[in-house]
Amino acid sequence: MRVTRFACASLVAGGLFLAPSSAFAQDTPQALRQEIDQLRKDFDSLKQQYGDRLSALEAKLAAAEGTPAAPAGAQPAPGQPPTAQVPAGAQGAGGPSGALPVYGAAGGSVGSSKVFNPDMAVIGDFLGASGRNTVSPAPALEMHESEAAFQAVVDPYARADFFVSFGEQGVNLEEGFLTFTELPGGLLTKVGKMRAAFGKVNTLHNHVLPWTDRPLVIQNLVGGEDGIDDAGFSVARLIPNPWIFLEATGQVLRGDSGETLFKSSERGDLSYVGHLRGYQDLSESTNIDLGLSYSGGHNASGVVDGLDAGRFRTNLYGVDATLRWKPLQRSIYHSFVGRTEVIWSRRDQFDGLQKAMGYYVSGDYQLGRRWFAGARYDRSDRADNASLLDSGQSLLLTYWPSEFSQVRGQYRRTKYAIGPTANELLFQFQFSIGAHGAHPF
Amino acid sequence: MKRIVVLLTAVLAASPARAQSKLNVVTTTEDLASIAREVGGDRITVEAIAKGYQDPHFVEAKPSFILKLQKADVLVVVGRELEIGWLPPLIQQSRNSKIQPGSEGYLDASLKAQILEVPTTQVTRAMGDVHPLGNPHYWLDPENGKSIGREIAAKLEQFRPNERSYFEQQLTDFTARLDAAEKRWLAQTAPFKGMKVVTYHRSFPNFAERFGLDIIGYVEPKPGIPPSPQHTLDLINEMKRQNVKLVLVEPYFDLKTPNAIGRDTGAQVLVMPPSVGGVKEVTDYFKLFDYDINLLVEAIKKTGAK
Repeated sequence: MRVTRFACASLVAGGLFLAPSSAFAQDTPQALRQEIDQLRKDFDSLKQQYGDRLSALEAKLAAAEGTPAAPAGAQPAPGQPPTAQVPAGAQGAGGPSGALPVYGAAGGSVGSSKVFNPDMAVIGDFLGASGRNTVSPAPALEMHESEAAFQAVVDPYARADFFVSFGEQGVNLEEGFLTFTELPGGLLTKVGKMRAAFGKVNTLHNHVLPWTDRPLVIQNLVGGEDGIDDAGFSVARLIPNPWIFLEATGQVLRGDSGETLFKSSERGDLSYVGHLRGYQDLSESTNIDLGLSYSGGHNASGVVDGLDAGRFRTNLYGVDATLRWKPLQRSIYHSFVGRTEVIWSRRDQFDGLQKAMGYYVSGDYQLGRRWFAGARYDRSDRADNASLLDSGQSLLLTYWPSEFSQVRGQYRRTKYAIGPTANELLFQFQFSIGAHGAHPF
Repeated sequence: MKRIVVLLTAVLAASPARAQSKLNVVTTTEDLASIAREVGGDRITVEAIAKGYQDPHFVEAKPSFILKLQKADVLVVVGRELEIGWLPPLIQQSRNSKIQPGSEGYLDASLKAQILEVPTTQVTRAMGDVHPLGNPHYWLDPENGKSIGREIAAKLEQFRPNERSYFEQQLTDFTARLDAAEKRWLAQTAPFKGMKVVTYHRSFPNFAERFGLDIIGYVEPKPGIPPSPQHTLDLINEMKRQNVKLVLVEPYFDLKTPNAIGRDTGAQVLVMPPSVGGVKEVTDYFKLFDYDINLLVEAIKKTGAK
């Protein structure tokens, strides 16, 4: 439509410019007038012709609008970038008008660049809290985290994964690492910033947790919500044996995790993580997953006025167990996951060695295709003062409108070592857009 | 150093022996495993990851599958994003360079098959869990079975060029038997061409197209979205209006809603496996069609509907 109008206008303009130039070629005024008359006639007939053709085209277009046929102008002229209509509401007010160029569209001159774009997804995590908690209060309503994931294959030897989380305190690179899939010796090697392979919960992103929060033992002993999440190298190898799946992971990280867990004051203050995972199918529907973990590094307790005067260390030891049941034929309706982690912390500080211990036990049962019920028991000493013991209980109910969204409610009662017992009702909305991610296991 | 030399010698000495050993093929589903078995005969070992009676969209990425993939020479996948929720992490952790997507040992069996329901307009998740690359249940057409067979044979020949004639012979034999069986199946279903049915999920478009069923609706309001009362009511009314007497349900879906629909409309509810292994009797690709078609024909005879 726009193209036709433009063509018509240019013809008219062209005619006007051409007319005088040909007129000057004549000598007598008589001949000139005849010529002008002739031109006027030609111009009128042209106008008529184009008018007719335009209205015919308009009629055709109006008829075509009722059907989902490709819109006119879908095939741009060669050499022109393909265009898209400005979305409704975006026009005017200094915004773009008319057609926007679409770069990277298939067939365009910039062609296939878009197919190499990474898989992208954004996961929103909205949290709400009601009830009383004076010790560790969470906001009443909070867009807790928006996690953007970018994942793609880098080259024939490696792939890259980035998870950027936007929270209320700012932006944080939750993970960003390169994985070499092709190394000899069956080594799976990662380089970058990653959640360390310490136990189970530490490796999980917020949106795959079976709760709205992280257990007390993780908050008290393993660096809180971010946990052990640091830059470094990771090497994992399967240990061949005729019985079970056995994987050993070793990680060397910079040594900065949590607020006070690990603090690196000099280059040699690296932290180390070791993890051994054993897995066995007990039957086609039941399996067990066991893990032993170690992590050690320098802690922040010796830092005085920005100087690490104490040079104190923290060592963490963990045992985790996960029992899963999922009857294959009804796998989308019923399942059970029972999990526990026991963690021991040995933290050196000015007042001596603090030996803290904590654990959680939790169970989640899938009631139907969309409903899950869960419970969790928490108990943990505090890392910097092992004589202080916090404990808590939670009940959970989760609803899945679809695979891509989730609503969860959690009743949590926490008995703090100092301060009044907190009774809270927490709720959460989670939603994911973009590429279809893998289901967590 | 000495140890490395010994190790290298051992590896080198071992490789010719390896070449003689059977090619280790892992498939994501039992349908692909059955076809691979037909084509590969006794020259390969085949193992499937998902069972035929489980929903192939929701397989758990169990570490025990990593062990299977670690040893695979060839991985055959259904593709069209059927396995997107569970296969990528398994492949990544397999430490097996042969079967990474794009490598020699990775075979997407869908590439030459006839794929239906490829979206022609912009897809959004408002349409449910749509597969943007088309319906992945394409193996339920014997013609596509032949195409899968050809693809697998070509892949096996690529790995074992000296056994080409064997695989070609196996493929010719498989195709001939499938041709004969297809004629039989078509003859069985011919009298019921245009039979109107409802299915739970969009698992049967290729089957319906080949054997002349007319799928007029689905128990799921949208792919991957569980039935809602309003949709079920609408479906019941539509079934009554069009006199639909059959509801086909995959073995991994709950029968509560289909049975309610059956009671209300007088339609028969059939648990119809879309995969080899979906029910005990269906032990290979031929038996899958034998079972499904017999089930349908018997049911149609019983209802007398048309």
